[in-house]
Amino acid sequence: MSEIAAKLELNCEGLNCPLPILKTKKAIDSLNSGEILKMTATDPGSVNDMASWANRTGNELVGHTEVGNVHTFYIKKK
Amino acid sequence: MGDTKKLAIIASQGTLDWGYPPFILASTAAAMDMEAVIFFTFYGLPLLKKEIDAKVSPHSNPAMPMKMPFGNKDFQSMNWQIPNLISANVPGFDNMATMLMKETFKKKGVATIEELRSMCQEFGVRFIACQMTMEVFGFEKEDFIDGVEFGGAATFLEYAADANISLFI
Repeated sequence: MSEIAAKLELNCEGLNCPLPILKTKKAIDSLNSGEILKMTATDPGSVNDMASWANRTGNELVGHTEVGNVHTFYIKKK
Repeated sequence: MGDTKKLAIIASQGTLDWGYPPFILASTAAAMDMEAVIFFTFYGLPLLKKEIDAKVSPHSNPAMPMKMPFGNKDFQSMNWQIPNLISANVPGFDNMATMLMKETFKKKGVATIEELRSMCQEFGVRFIACQMTMEVFGFEKEDFIDGVEFGGAATFLEYAADANISLFI
């Protein structure tokens, strides 16, 4: 997944619900349509929450990897 | 957008534990492109004060785990059974429990209530203070943060009538 070129990177490691979602929302607002945000989080709940958030907002989750306890999400702004 | 979802919350409790859910849900709803309104009434009203001094009371929450935010993992996972005699009578017990809960939240990366409240405002969540409760408990508009609206049951219901999600907390 590392070949996905992100326009912006956001580190939410160590943060718990709902901060990764709130910070992702703020970051995605700063991007233009089609640009990619890379977000990393250690909150296990962020896996389901990111999917729900993307589903509801229409932004596309184009990639998700898990290394150790770190989840990396790639989100394409709608 | 005609299909924007709407969340309507009544916040009626002002302790630390009950103070979190309205702000968590409203900020997240706004982050999910929904409209959100929180109507603060009765004991929820102090959550709009400039300085939030919310506490938690283990005595009135019998199922609340009492855990320590320090020490090794085994020590932190221990649940301390506190007899009612102590939680009800020891001076400062609620203050201690509040301090422990805040410290645990901080260590687990949970935002403070104040942080979530300001995120709500940044995302456009509307806060409505119950005018009647203000009269009853003696609150002035100046006691609250900026950006608060004032109204009563009809003000809330006018909005809630079109809401997709309505919660009483």
